[in-house]
Amino acid sequence: MKAWSPYLVGAGIGVLSWLTFATANKPIGITTAFEYSAALTEQAAAPRIAQPYLDAKAKDNKSPKIDWEWMLVVGVLIGAYASSKLSGDRAPEEKVPPLWRSRFGDSPRVRYVGAFVGGLVMMLGARIAQGCTSGHAISGVLQLALASWIFAPVMGIAGMAVAFLIYGKEGRSHV
Amino acid sequence: MFDEPLKLVLGLVTGIVFGFLLQKGQVAKFQKILGQFLLKDFTVMKIMATAIAVGTIGVHALVAMGAAEIHIQTASLARVIVGGVLFGVGLAIFGLCPGTSVAACGEGRRDAMIGVLGMFVGAGIYVAAFSALQPIIKSMADFGKVTLPQFTGTPPWLWAGGLAVVIAIALAILERVHPKQLDAEP
Repeated sequence: MKAWSPYLVGAGIGVLSWLTFATANKPIGITTAFEYSAALTEQAAAPRIAQPYLDAKAKDNKSPKIDWEWMLVVGVLIGAYASSKLSGDRAPEEKVPPLWRSRFGDSPRVRYVGAFVGGLVMMLGARIAQGCTSGHAISGVLQLALASWIFAPVMGIAGMAVAFLIYGKEGRSHV
Repeated sequence: MFDEPLKLVLGLVTGIVFGFLLQKGQVAKFQKILGQFLLKDFTVMKIMATAIAVGTIGVHALVAMGAAEIHIQTASLARVIVGGVLFGVGLAIFGLCPGTSVAACGEGRRDAMIGVLGMFVGAGIYVAAFSALQPIIKSMADFGKVTLPQFTGTPPWLWAGGLAVVIAIALAILERVHPKQLDAEP
């Protein structure tokens, strides 16, 4: 089956969060792994650029490493690959999503530029806020963290504003 | 450089289950994420709210039993507001969040792979600009690693239980207004 009920999937993620607290004493998160990977890369390629960051992290005993969360990200890739293979829900031939096409045309290159810039800005925001949809909006909100209860509505409103700004009400007929 | 092997395996298994669920939930898709922002398709909201309702009960039970600890970030207003705005703007352009973009790579989507490359560069900018960002990060109040029960001096079980009930009611209403959309879209 390609799609499961969103309530079943949501409950599954909820129970998974119990298990991560019970087995690893950690919440589900994604973006710290990206920060660590980038830091380790810069440490190898251009150590002077990364030095202030590395010094600050060393002081907090949080030096970048290949850790539980890093492997979680690798697992997400594998799990989604397995799921999409099993149900034949693979990427379509069409490289540009219909809604994007309705606004920006069907050039894959334009879509790739949008994806790159969007991904860059999103990750910069995630690392400034110290969390993403997983770390803040799910894990942090369920732990009742004040930070996450501010982050979630702020990012939701910003995202909605930009979505309506780009696609307008007529965009709704393409999703 | 590396965590102990058992932790790495646990992380990998957790990730595989998480990735499987995200893919089955159909949220590793641009159309679904933008459909949520345009208030047309509420799949993302349904999944997140259910995960929060189920998760908050279990995690607080574990904490009450002393089997786990709360792990949260500091409530620095500048961090969550500046970061939250950038995150929302980037997410609406890319159309995939960090977790779902990695899952979309697993589905074989080229645009997701390029977006993940952009994410890596974004993380690199954060690391490189670490010192330069500090004045911005410290420009507003920071309430520390505080939970809503601590902040308000109220019991956690009241919040966890109340939140689960409120979400259940809200989802029941939402389901009447926006029924399930189970068909996979491109």
